[in-house]
Amino acid sequence: MTQNNRIAGGLIDRSKTLNFSFDSKVYTGHAGDTLASALLANGVRLMGRSFKYHRPRGPLSAGSEEPNALVELRTGARQEPNTRATVTELYDGLEANSQNRWPSLAFDALAINDRLSNFFAAGFYYKTFMWPKAFWEKLYEPLIRRAAGLGSMSKLEDPDSYDKGFVHCDVLIIGAGPAGLMAALTAGRAGARVVLADEDFRFGGRLNAETFDVDGKSCADWATAIVAELKSLPNVRLMLRTTVIGAFDHGIYSAVERVSDHLAEPFPGKPRQTLWRIYSRRAILAGGATERPIAFENNDRPGIMLAGSLRAYANRWGATVGDKVAVFTNNADGLRTVQDLKAKGVDVVAVIDSRNGDEVVDTSGWLGLASVTVRRSDGKTETIAATGLAVSGGWNPNVNITSHHRSKPIWNEAIAAFVPGEGGPANLVAAGAADGVFSTYGALQSGQARAIEALNELGLKVKAAALPQAEDSPVSIKPLWFVHSGKGRAWIDFQNDVTVKDIKLAHQENFSSVEHLKRYTTLGMATDQGKTGNVIGLAVMAELTGRSIPETGTTVYRPPYTPVAIGALAGRSRGKEFKPFRLTPSHKWATEQGAIFVEVGMWLRTQWLPRNGETHWRQSVDREVVATRKSVGICDVTTLGKIDIQGTDAGAFLDKVYANTFSTLAVGKCRYGLILREDGIVYDDGTTARMGTHEYVMTTTTANAVTVFRHLEFVRQCLYPDMDVQLISTTEAWAQYSVAGPNARKLLLKIIDQDISDVAFPYMGAGNITVCGGLRARLFRISFSGELAFEIAVPTRYGDALIRKLVEAGEEFDAVVYGTEALGVMRIEKGHVAGNELNGQSTALNMGLGKMVSRKKDSIGMVLSQREGLNDPNGYRLVGVKPVNTQQALTAGSHFLELGAAPVVANDGGWLTSMVYSPHIGSHIALGYLKAGDQKIGKRMRAVNFLNKTDVEIEIVSPHFFDPEGERLRG
Amino acid sequence: MAEHALKPSTALGHDAPKTITIGSCQIAERFDVALASLASRRGQEGNVVKIAKASKLPLAAPAQSATGKSFGSFWLSADQWMIEADFAARENIEAELKGLFGSAASITEQTDAWVRFDVTASNLRPLFERLCNVDLEKSDDGFASRTVIEHIGCYLIKRSTALVTVYGPRSSAQSLLHVIETAARSV
Repeated sequence: MTQNNRIAGGLIDRSKTLNFSFDSKVYTGHAGDTLASALLANGVRLMGRSFKYHRPRGPLSAGSEEPNALVELRTGARQEPNTRATVTELYDGLEANSQNRWPSLAFDALAINDRLSNFFAAGFYYKTFMWPKAFWEKLYEPLIRRAAGLGSMSKLEDPDSYDKGFVHCDVLIIGAGPAGLMAALTAGRAGARVVLADEDFRFGGRLNAETFDVDGKSCADWATAIVAELKSLPNVRLMLRTTVIGAFDHGIYSAVERVSDHLAEPFPGKPRQTLWRIYSRRAILAGGATERPIAFENNDRPGIMLAGSLRAYANRWGATVGDKVAVFTNNADGLRTVQDLKAKGVDVVAVIDSRNGDEVVDTSGWLGLASVTVRRSDGKTETIAATGLAVSGGWNPNVNITSHHRSKPIWNEAIAAFVPGEGGPANLVAAGAADGVFSTYGALQSGQARAIEALNELGLKVKAAALPQAEDSPVSIKPLWFVHSGKGRAWIDFQNDVTVKDIKLAHQENFSSVEHLKRYTTLGMATDQGKTGNVIGLAVMAELTGRSIPETGTTVYRPPYTPVAIGALAGRSRGKEFKPFRLTPSHKWATEQGAIFVEVGMWLRTQWLPRNGETHWRQSVDREVVATRKSVGICDVTTLGKIDIQGTDAGAFLDKVYANTFSTLAVGKCRYGLILREDGIVYDDGTTARMGTHEYVMTTTTANAVTVFRHLEFVRQCLYPDMDVQLISTTEAWAQYSVAGPNARKLLLKIIDQDISDVAFPYMGAGNITVCGGLRARLFRISFSGELAFEIAVPTRYGDALIRKLVEAGEEFDAVVYGTEALGVMRIEKGHVAGNELNGQSTALNMGLGKMVSRKKDSIGMVLSQREGLNDPNGYRLVGVKPVNTQQALTAGSHFLELGAAPVVANDGGWLTSMVYSPHIGSHIALGYLKAGDQKIGKRMRAVNFLNKTDVEIEIVSPHFFDPEGERLRG
Repeated sequence: MAEHALKPSTALGHDAPKTITIGSCQIAERFDVALASLASRRGQEGNVVKIAKASKLPLAAPAQSATGKSFGSFWLSADQWMIEADFAARENIEAELKGLFGSAASITEQTDAWVRFDVTASNLRPLFERLCNVDLEKSDDGFASRTVIEHIGCYLIKRSTALVTVYGPRSSAQSLLHVIETAARSV
């Protein structure tokens, strides 16, 4: 198809022809085109359908405010719905399809909605579908869901990557029109670090769309020259295709850079988009203004667009909407369109200036504008054939970002628009059209002035340079929001199909507050966030209520300024890269053995190690447990937190942190300790060893390693700043393995250079040793499994070698390496608490460890642990649980019920916290918190689980299932 | 150093440190550095400075690193530093520092708590602005900071315009390298 509507001039590169398709039809355009400008040049005005009524629509604008020309861009996994054709940079091979239509854009069966519009007025969904009630779930909701939404997802994984990054600057300038360029030039020449970000793919803003001169050259050429100078300044960073989407605290702004959206696909390794966090000391919003339409009957036909946009298509892109164009304006700026179109040879068939009393009252043409009906000031109407209608209802400064901290914009009567108000983000000011200064000279002056103010505040003394000569026309506007004529619909929010009638209906039904109006009518709730419609909507409401526009107010502006792909927000955090992994020192060895891993926080821990012939995880876990208790097992326990605590007050410090006493612990010994929160609830547990007079090593649970360290720092810095205590984490510095079982000592004797007999290294001993002929190491005689056990630690770089050495040394004992599942079985067999019992709700008393809370000293949580409510003799106590029928399985989370009691909350006796199958007991066993559990040992009850539909008769037993006297661990 | 039978492996799980080149950027794992933290005991702050000076151990100013002949350091927090030394010469850095500082300071071995990557490129800003919020451009040579790279707590030291050291937790070495590599490719 030829480019019939391509006209002379523009900033496109006609030497580069690009092929693209829309709804499978192939067209050509040029480098520098947008999809919308190329389609217009090819005579395509119809680009989409509206959301509710499926009305045929063409582009209303030429920028990011576009409500109508939304397409599905690309195909396959890269298909992206709701892409604005007006900002989609044309590239060779671009494929786009229309959306929200069936079976085709030209013939859309759902346009029947337009005929039924009386039933679909504002708030119809609050009033209809109410009866019969049973129809809601099966009929109405599925129907509504099918009809709702714009565009479709490919449901394929996005093949592209997204980056995140951080940018620092003295001055961030948002928008590169005349004000932004002048501000950047001023700040750049002064030596400040400047970031100039613009959402367009060409710097210059409106300067690229106008025809007047700046400093004796065309405004576009002037912009090009300024950009060239800015590029030469090393302290200025130009960020093209970058939309600043929100203002956050402390001068931080977020921005999306569309790195590869103008390409068929990103270059290898390069992201599609980057989400930048920009740290600025000062920021200048020079984001320009958005033109608004005027509401009149059938003002939404393809071919009707904003006057400034129609002018931009002609001047920047050399494209026109047709050969006969009418212009309808309430202000002087609209007349520029008349002038420029005429200069381009376009036939301007009518100029309707409402300031003279002329108005457009209706239009015709279903798939594209055919004619406009004009009511002249004398009351006569005439119908004029036209393929295009340029409409200007005035310009709204783009105040959005100045209101992201809930500052309310203020009404400026002179320009009939809102301008930034007080109380916006700190150190952000607006310049140029964004501040309501609409002439080019005014914008240049404003940009320079705001930059100088910012620079002065930053300590850079700058004098104002001579400003370029430019047009300085005053604003001439006589507000006209909607044309009072006829009974037809006049659109305000084009995307969501909100009309003047809808506003009137909302008013009738008393939804007259702007926030209610918005939600009742969906005004401004589309992807364009009401950039073109909101002010008209509230102006109409103001007129209906008899209030002024400022009294009516605006809704709240929130980030993002334009829609953002979820991928850009996710960045690199997707799939397995959602979070980093922590690998244990034995990870490589375990991988070689085919270990199954489990995520524990960020750690990947060995869960179990299957052997040949084992087809079920229970076989592996049972084998590991049995072998450990029979001979010896090895387990990587590096993940437990290790905190080095030193200082002359280290012992006293630990006495504060732990509920039990550590200052009396002998050097070379370990002790199990409980850390309480201030409220008396158990925070964490673990063993701490005294390695020297003023040197302790605390171990924490894996899950709480970081939070306990943070807690200790808080205690050290805030509660006891006078204590001589130094802390540092050593979790990563040591590879630590538990060697447990009757043959643990024999195995270790093969690699440890010192005597570790029971006499030389008794139960709960700790000390520095050497292994394998001299490597420094640490040994702790502690046991989580209930067996004779040691934990041996070497510098982490030797961790891989040590696991191999231990396995090799253990061969003669049939040693096994066991994972977290076997670890869990053995700790439950011994009645040791872990994460499920340390649940942030339980006290030491609940756990059966009440006597550990020393009353002889003050410690964190001690006082509040004595609260009456926490010391109820009939409160929860840790108990063991066995099924009466040993063949029956238990399920964790089951609730205790008396035999015969109804399964209701009032009869709830507590719950099973942890459950495993014990190969030694020969049945499932569990731990649980049972009310007055210590008084119910030997009692039969039920464990009921509604989710798993289990109801098992159980016996309450001691939580110490295995070796209750602890003889084995002292062996 | 004592002779023993255990063979060390790098944080990335290899026998020898790995170097990756992406364009003009080089990411080199360093396996030859011994580390220990040094924290002044209460009331011993002046003493620690004196001993360090006498031992030619440069103690870095806040947010700085310092380099000496045998030892280097970077600042961790008030009166606390990480001491760097050549691993081959000072594998037992903790014992050596304890000997020097006695009861004036708390010393803790940190050598294997960290993986170290030395990243070189003619312009490191585009890479590091994709990794962390450190303002590398404005930082002087020797600048040191705690930072977060893709959820991983790290120390960053700007040795020069063309060389930045990143210390990250050893267990996350692979994840950290992956992130740096990915960012280097995306520049």
